[in-house]
Amino acid sequence: MMDVLLVLLALTNLALLGSSRLGACINTVALQGVLLALLSLFAPTGECSLRLVVLSIGMLVLKAFVCPWLLRRALRGARVSREIEPFIGYTASLMIGLLALGLSFWLSERFPRLRPDLSPLVLPVALATVFSGLFLIVSRRKALTQALGYLVMENGIFAIGVALSQELSFLVELGVLLDVFFAVFVMGITLFHIQREFDHIDADRLSSLKDWSGRFPKMAFDSETKILREGHE
Amino acid sequence: MIWTLVLVPGIAGFLAFLLRSDRPRRILLLAAALAHAVLTAVVCLEGPQGLPGDWLRLDELGVLFLPLTSALFLAAAWYGVDYLAHEVHGPQRDPEEGALFSNEPEAIFIGCLLFFLTTMTLVILSQHFGLLWVSVEATTLVSAPLIYFHRHHRSLEATWKYLLVCSVGIALALLGTFLLALAASRPGCEHVPLLVQRLMDDAGGLRAEWLKVAFVFFLIGYGTKMGLAPLHTWLPDAHSEAPSVVSALLSGALLNCAFLGILRVQQVCVAAGEGAFGRDLLVLFGLLSMGLAAVFILRQPDFKRLLAYSSVEHMGIMALGVGLGGVSAFGAFLHALNHSLTKGMLFLIAGNILVLYRTKAVADVRGVWRVLPVSGALWMLGFLALTGSPPFGPFLSEFTILKGALEQGRGAVAVAYLFFLALAFVGMASAILPMAQGAPREFSEKPSGERLGSIVPPALLGAFVLMLGVYVPEQLQTAIQTAARAVGGP
Repeated sequence: MMDVLLVLLALTNLALLGSSRLGACINTVALQGVLLALLSLFAPTGECSLRLVVLSIGMLVLKAFVCPWLLRRALRGARVSREIEPFIGYTASLMIGLLALGLSFWLSERFPRLRPDLSPLVLPVALATVFSGLFLIVSRRKALTQALGYLVMENGIFAIGVALSQELSFLVELGVLLDVFFAVFVMGITLFHIQREFDHIDADRLSSLKDWSGRFPKMAFDSETKILREGHE
Repeated sequence: MIWTLVLVPGIAGFLAFLLRSDRPRRILLLAAALAHAVLTAVVCLEGPQGLPGDWLRLDELGVLFLPLTSALFLAAAWYGVDYLAHEVHGPQRDPEEGALFSNEPEAIFIGCLLFFLTTMTLVILSQHFGLLWVSVEATTLVSAPLIYFHRHHRSLEATWKYLLVCSVGIALALLGTFLLALAASRPGCEHVPLLVQRLMDDAGGLRAEWLKVAFVFFLIGYGTKMGLAPLHTWLPDAHSEAPSVVSALLSGALLNCAFLGILRVQQVCVAAGEGAFGRDLLVLFGLLSMGLAAVFILRQPDFKRLLAYSSVEHMGIMALGVGLGGVSAFGAFLHALNHSLTKGMLFLIAGNILVLYRTKAVADVRGVWRVLPVSGALWMLGFLALTGSPPFGPFLSEFTILKGALEQGRGAVAVAYLFFLALAFVGMASAILPMAQGAPREFSEKPSGERLGSIVPPALLGAFVLMLGVYVPEQLQTAIQTAARAVGGP
């Protein structure tokens, strides 16, 4: 059961990396939310406490339904439905996703195994999810995909928590969940404002604030070239 | 008793959303800030104390940072009320690009300001690493709407960067929290609760290698929020686009709170005998921040960004001081006080300049001294204080850090430190001196006199900075020494 969930989780990561349709990406992230809720319910062996059920249901509701709904609503006004020209292409992204999975397996060898009863797949898949989230944030143009990347990364970190069987405490976990929800809530509102203000949701065109334009600062000879250019025009 | 510190601004924040008209809401902001300050004073005089269960406790670090945050918030609230009363309502022209924009509803602004105070108080008081994480992330979320007060595309861009960069950074700190739990766990044993005191008592049983990994994640995570280079990218944008009141709070209060997160882990590391590892990293990041900030301070055309980069520089100084340890750690805590007060004052004055000149370009602002005599004088004094000139507080604290570095025989660090300070001084001087002097340009409308509400709060902050340079009260000295010892000082 656990292994099926984990393999599915790994596949959702790859699907996210290889998909260009924003709507499909949101659905995939929602599916990840369902998988994580199930994972958190089944991972700890032994008694099925009330605390566990409450957390899993909370996670299911917030991560699988509310957050995707918020993001979809932010998307509705925008006319875009596809990620256009990511910085790194889909095939290359998939390759990197597979590489990240391999790296995660290698990394997780080095962790101590605190819970021998837990599937050995948990930690590598969780790490790969964190990597995928980070990669989505840096390699995509759309602000929406970046928000999705944040959500995926957060999912991965949560799964690492499950893998290391580190329960913080009921209140804290509830707090973490609420924080993630509010983060997506605020991001959703900001996204809505971005697409209304700019008529696009491309994060790479949010670039009017910077100190380093990639060129060297104006030197004395700049004024000469400017005169030359003006003369030319 | 200390739970009231969290509760009072929290309830006031909810009320701010419910109130219908602006005036009572502004009075509510002032009242809540005042109540928080009074409660802080009472609690601090009672000394360190905690709630049963020890999740919230005013410890030796909190005793230092809580009054600082509270005082700065009170000054900012006073200034903010005056600012809001005179801010244009309805659509206005963007002075930089000419497009129309309007401001955020005041209910959201004041409500979020109060929640900001609540979450920062929670960060300072929380003793549980999980709760610490939750409250640090919450500060990001409630302060994002504050940055987007002027609703135009530049502030929107700054808000998005702030949200994303800080959230991702802080998410890494959550990973650090899990790794810390891993370091504390033993096979077949009960979970050790992640309370600072419990971990320190149990420090012998921590797995050193995982503690180190956890520290790295905490440093990167909270370091992003604190503005340590090269993770500072959100900071200049957010500080320059937010209204000046918010910039003052972000720089003076929020960055300290993030630093506190790193200090708490360092406390655990020191207790476990791994303090040297964290110290070296802090020295490295400190010098890097100072150097990078100094480069961007030179030839900086925007005076609010100038102040923002100077915050990066001073965070670097603080990290360096704690990293060096000993006398320098004492200097670092003193510097945290000095920097917050000075930077708060300078951002508030920058707000006054911005309101009159309607530009953030250094080149377009001349003759502040003549048009706004009090603000101009404070601007100059603030510059002198910030760059570490005697007799102001930062001189004393920066000198103490230098002394610590030399005592330990770390000559190379001391030379780099002095070099970066000199660079920053040159950069700040070449921007700020011409702004204060010279002949002012013609204004379309005759500038009215300076209002009390816009000069008294920064002047009070400035007076504190001067006081700290001349005389550090005995009690404060003891408090700083205790705090410095807690992170591995003398």
